[in-house]
Amino acid sequence: MILEARDLTVRYGGSSRPAVDGVTLSTDGGRLVAIVGPNGSGKTTLLRAMLGLLPLSSGSANVQGRPVAQWPRAELAKVIGVVPQTEERVFPLRVRESVMLGRYARLGALGRESTVDRQAVDEAMTRSDVLQFADRRVDTLSGGEWQRVRVARALAQEPAALVLDEPTASLDVRHEMEVFELIRHLVTGGLAGLIVTHHLNLAARYADRMIMLEEGRVAADGTPTEVLRQDVVARVFGWPVAVTTWCDGSPQVVPLRPGEAR
Amino acid sequence: MSGLRGVLLLGISAVVLVVGIGAGATSIPPAEVWSGLLHGSAPSSAIVRELRLPRVLLAFMVGGSLGISGTALQALVRNPLADPYLLGISGGAGLGAVLVIASGGGGAWGVPLAAFAGALLALALVYRLSIVGERRLDPRVLLLAGVVVGAFSGALMSAIIVLSDVAQLRNAFLWLLGGFGGASWKTLDIFLAYAALPAGILLLSGRALDLLALGEEPAQYLGANIERTKRVVYLTTGLLTAAGVASCGIIGFVGLVVPHAARRLWGPLHRTLLPVVFVLSGCFLVLADTVARTVVRPVELPVGVVTALIGVPLFALLLRRSLA
Repeated sequence: MILEARDLTVRYGGSSRPAVDGVTLSTDGGRLVAIVGPNGSGKTTLLRAMLGLLPLSSGSANVQGRPVAQWPRAELAKVIGVVPQTEERVFPLRVRESVMLGRYARLGALGRESTVDRQAVDEAMTRSDVLQFADRRVDTLSGGEWQRVRVARALAQEPAALVLDEPTASLDVRHEMEVFELIRHLVTGGLAGLIVTHHLNLAARYADRMIMLEEGRVAADGTPTEVLRQDVVARVFGWPVAVTTWCDGSPQVVPLRPGEAR
Repeated sequence: MSGLRGVLLLGISAVVLVVGIGAGATSIPPAEVWSGLLHGSAPSSAIVRELRLPRVLLAFMVGGSLGISGTALQALVRNPLADPYLLGISGGAGLGAVLVIASGGGGAWGVPLAAFAGALLALALVYRLSIVGERRLDPRVLLLAGVVVGAFSGALMSAIIVLSDVAQLRNAFLWLLGGFGGASWKTLDIFLAYAALPAGILLLSGRALDLLALGEEPAQYLGANIERTKRVVYLTTGLLTAAGVASCGIIGFVGLVVPHAARRLWGPLHRTLLPVVFVLSGCFLVLADTVARTVVRPVELPVGVVTALIGVPLFALLLRRSLA
């Protein structure tokens, strides 16, 4: 397994309830796992713990079978590419420069760039379709273009796994579809995928497996059809829903207005 | 750095250094500057070699050090308005110097030493204050701690100045405003002894600073050891600033204006930005010092006054243009 959490529990100091409570999940090459759940249910905390940024209270988090805490950050960066929720753009770079930062862990002595690094950056930009604006400043990009640049940077790390935390937040329909299509394409090409998202319906169509968190605990785990059950979704999110089936077989959640029949 | 840019920067520095050496109480034309530099027997050789050259070189090195310190700190706190003097170091250095001047001690050696000791003390205090929970350095707390320590030493400094007698008061004030009047080969050597290593380390930290500027979480995912980088940045900028204050007093705005301008011209990629900022900040301070000792000859203005008088309008202009 490339990425694996077993009985993972994270407790923030001073809090009585654990932020993440006994979660088990894993992903491997060619598989896209989606973590869903209401705001504050522990999705981002789970990711950070699995990626070694938060200490575990109990359980384990392994990368390629080795506890994540034992990985030096530079070594981990060669195996897992991460697109976190936010990053600063106070000092806006050009797109190509920004993608080149993905090579940090692989650069030679004194940070020298080689032909190999430049080729890897070009390939990453081609795969995420951002080559055409390689010389633009990142603060002039649209939200969708910017997310694709960040995916390109993660790809430039030449990782075995791609982890994304709400990559489509505040994107319009076309851009969120483009990002999901790109991720699915990359995972089908062999990467292991782990994504946190609020898009239940897109997760249902693109992910192989879903984990639904509720107050830090696993409320449902399995294929999208197993996880997106009407009663479970309504209870976990605290809002009545109907679940229908799209023609590709994936369950689709429709939130109901008060008084609407199920 | 591209070859063309390197040649351009070298050319600019050469011109600025020659202008800086030529200007002063007795002005020396460029041709004589050259002959003075090359031949010990030339008539201008004594002034050029013993007075002007070390002074200009010291101004260049101090300027460059302040410039890269400002650039690195701005990346550390992800805010283009950070300045080396926000670390409270100038306050600590000033307090040390004023204490020695007011007690009538000091002299050529005592004042810089006391300033350096004061700066290191402030550096350690601010550092200790900004380590929060689980031994992590929080850049926001770092700035706040710097401002607090600076304000406290400023208050103590004012109290000491008010209580000391008039002649010493003027000396303390002049010292605080900064200047290269006391520059010699010896002061240059002392400055370089403290500054060469931290400046070298900072100049090689460009890649790590690029990652840090994205934020701590993304930087770690890209492979940066951010706790180490933050500490290295804080300690090297602190040492450079302390060495600068100790050798020529408090000179503000160099670390703020030049990085800002250079970023607009060359972009914010630190690997190329740091050497450019070093050279341009060095030139800026040499020119400021040249202005300081020529505009109201034979009186010398404190160079801190000149950098502020040039730097503030320039900065206001840049700020307005970047917001437009």
